[in-house]
Formats: sequence, C-alpha cells, structure tokens
Amino acid sequence: MKNIPISALIGLFFTALYFLAAIFAPLISPYGMAEIVGDVWEPASAQFLLGTDNIGRDLLSRMIYGGRTTIFIATAATIISFTLGSVLGFFAAVAGGWVDQVLSRFVDLVMSIPTLIFALVVLSVMPVTVPVLIFVMGLLDSTRVYRLARAVAVDIEVMDYVEAARLRGEKTAWIIFREILPNALSPLVAEMGLRFIFMVLFVSTLSFLGLGIQPPEADWGGIVKENKDGIVYGIPAALAPAFAIATLAISVNLVADWVLNRTTSLKGGRG
Amino acid sequence: MTGDLGTALTSGAYITASITKRLSNTLFLAVWAAIIAVPLAIFLGLLAVRFKDRWPDKLISAVTLASISIPEFLIGYVLMYLIAVKLRWFPSVAMINDGMSLGEKLSAIALPVTVLTLVVLAHMMRMTRAAILNVMQSAYIETAELKGLNGFQVIFRHAFPNAIAPIVNVVMLNLAYLVVGVVVIEVVFVYPGMGQYLVDHVSKRDVPVVQACGLIFAAVYIGLNMIADIVAILSNPRLRHPK
Repeated sequence: MKNIPISALIGLFFTALYFLAAIFAPLISPYGMAEIVGDVWEPASAQFLLGTDNIGRDLLSRMIYGGRTTIFIATAATIISFTLGSVLGFFAAVAGGWVDQVLSRFVDLVMSIPTLIFALVVLSVMPVTVPVLIFVMGLLDSTRVYRLARAVAVDIEVMDYVEAARLRGEKTAWIIFREILPNALSPLVAEMGLRFIFMVLFVSTLSFLGLGIQPPEADWGGIVKENKDGIVYGIPAALAPAFAIATLAISVNLVADWVLNRTTSLKGGRG
Repeated sequence: MTGDLGTALTSGAYITASITKRLSNTLFLAVWAAIIAVPLAIFLGLLAVRFKDRWPDKLISAVTLASISIPEFLIGYVLMYLIAVKLRWFPSVAMINDGMSLGEKLSAIALPVTVLTLVVLAHMMRMTRAAILNVMQSAYIETAELKGLNGFQVIFRHAFPNAIAPIVNVVMLNLAYLVVGVVVIEVVFVYPGMGQYLVDHVSKRDVPVVQACGLIFAAVYIGLNMIADIVAILSNPRLRHPK
C-alpha cells in the first residue's frame, strides 16, 4: 500500500472524514437535529457556525445529520445493487445460453427507461419510506452493475483455470465465487465508487423533489428544498449541501481513479 | 390503443390537453440547451485534444469533473444565487407564456438553459475527447503529423471524420440524458413544462398523469437511443453487413 499518489490520499482523507462524521453524528453536532435554537436564517456566527435554517434550526447540525442519512441510504443501496447485480451478472456469464438471454434482455428493458423517471413512477404508487427508497434505488441501479459484471465475467469465463475448475467437477457456485469473483473484484470496486456517488446524487435529487426522505428527518437534498426560498433573498443556506455533495463526490472519484489505475497497471499496464 | 391518455384523478382535466402545452414548453427549453451544448462540447473536446496534458486540457477536465460531481439542482441554485440574485442579469424564475416575444422568452429561460448546457456539456465533452484521443493513436495520424501538418489540421481533417460515429453516439445519448435533467431543472426554475407536471402529480399520487408522463419521457429516451444506433450504422459501412 505504499506509493499512494497525493490525489488519492486527499480523496481517502475526505471520504473518511465524511464517513466518520456520519457515524459519530450525535457526538459531534453542536445541537439536536430538529431542535429550534435560533432565529430564522441567522447568518454564520460563533454560536451557529453555518447559520440557521428556514425555521431556526442549526444548519451545521442538520448538515451532519443529513450527511448521515444520505450516506447511509447511498451505502445501503450500493450494497444491494452490487450484491444483486454482480451475482446475477456472473451467473448469466457462467450459465450462458437462454438464461443469459432472458436476464440480459430483461435488464435492457429496465434500462430503456431513464432511472429517475422509473423511480418517480414507482414512488407514485409505493409508500415513501427509507427501506422502499433503498430497495428501489438498489434494484434500479443493479442493472448497470449487471452489465459491467457480465462483461467482465464473460472474459474471465473463457480462461483456462475456469475450464480446469469445470473439469474438476466444481459447481456453478464455486466457479462464480472462487474463480470469477476474485479476478473481477478490482474493476467492480472501482465501479463501486462511481455507483456510490450516483446514489448520493440520486437520493439528494429525490429528496429535493420532495419524494425522498420526509421531514423532519434531514438529508442533503432535503436541506436544499427547505432553504431554497432563501436564495431569492440572497441567503446562501441552500448552497451548503452543494459544497458537501461536491467534495464527497470528487474525493470518492479520486479514490476510484486510483483503484482503477492500480488494477490496470497490475495487468501489465494495458490502456 | 386509442392514444387517449384519460383524465387526471385530482383535477379531472384531460391529460392530453394539459400535456400538449407543457410538452412544447419542455421541448423549447431542451432544444435551446442542445443548440448551445452540442457545438460547444465538440469544440471544447477538440481543444482539449489539441492541448492534451497542457493547461487548457487540465482546466477543461477539472471544470467538467466538478460539474459532473454536483447534482443538477444545486448547479441551478448556485447560478440562481450568483447571476439572478447577486448580479441581477436574468430573472430567477423562468415563467413563460404565449404573450411573450421570442426575445423575452429567451431571457426568461437563459438560466435553466445554462444549467442544462453545463450538465450535458461535461459528459459530452469528456466522451468527445476520449473518442478523438482513441483515433489519434492510429498510424495515419502519425503519417499526417510526419507530413508536417499542424495540430489543428491533423485533428480537423484526419481525426475528426473518423471520430464522427462515436461522437454522434455520445451526443444522442446525452440528449436522452437531457430529457431526465429537464425534470429537475423545471422544478428548480418553476418552469411550466412536463417535468414539473410529472413531479407535482407524483406527490399527489395521481397515477394516470404519472403514467402518461412516464410514457412520453421513456418514448423520447428510447427514440433518441435508437437514432444513436442508426446513425452509428449509417456512418460506419462495416456495421451494415453483419458477418
């Protein structure tokens, strides 16, 4: 793990910072999440480091709790989409034939509708709760992971060692988890960073549209929604989440880039 | 299959009638964004390739990476804060109606168009750059360079024509992406279009309207993707004859 480039170190540092802030939110936030402590839209001061929001709650505390919700949902949805997408993708590549055809065409069908529109249509008939949100996001995004996992696995599946395993009489599950998964892990990990960012943006967008996290729970998209009216009066409270999302996205991207570069150089510097 | 989209549950109004007006508004917004974004993206892509690994390339890459990392609605609010509230160049909400002249309409939609342009520009420019860089590794590019042609001539005359297929593909895919971006941007700028109609009725749980909007958005998205495939086949004769 030596020779980590400086950009990846910065990325790792900020990513870790956000995750730690999310985990220890109750310890580090100066006020309670839904506690009304001051006047409406107070400017930043020593008492309220980022000022207060549209009904006088401390903005910094809400940002920390909001980050907790956003990061938790994005992480949970990423785990679902990766588990489901990669297992199905590997399975399709190993099984081949009509199994592959049925799965791939179904995924094409789901992918032919834009994710946001699909999610809006689903959320118009389902109750908007956190588990539903996580499942809808995870399932819709697993189609992208499926495509990548299948493409990677198809290349590995024709390797000699996979054939050797087949000749030894190993079952499909062994081939998927013991032969293909270890070799496909690095591109998948790099992709995971990008999917995680996509999830953060996705859940923020949904909350912003009022269809994600419901008040009084805080999340970054919701904070924008609550404070957007302030923009017209020149109060920049709604811009705080913009900064948070952008820095988180850029730092995760830096880490993902590094993982991707590291894996390509392992394979003899292709690309 | 009659093409009748029915009536809205909440208001009882005919969906077709409400959608027609809003659809034309949305298309007005999307078309202007496309007119600005497409040539600009290709030009910036070419510029980045010409000055590869030097400061113009790095600057363009950094700015586009940043604009990919921020969700559309936040870019919208940042611009609204800076341009509409602080500088007062353009109105902060994009209300348009039939009585306005083209100039007034354009001034009203200037901000949403800028945001949409920024959002798709980043993806388009990055992919244009990648497509041309891919072509730049070919042997005939080296020949052209050895003949003594300057950088821009090599890119315009030799690399660009061969990169048209992937670029058109990228442009179409991003126009399809524009369809989704429009939903969020319309809510931000209170623009009377399809996206706002959709989001309003999702929160009211008005299923027929959501279905109708979903149908139209999906149809546009699939249509643009199909055009991308067809153009790819047209521009590359090798794809016309399957082996």
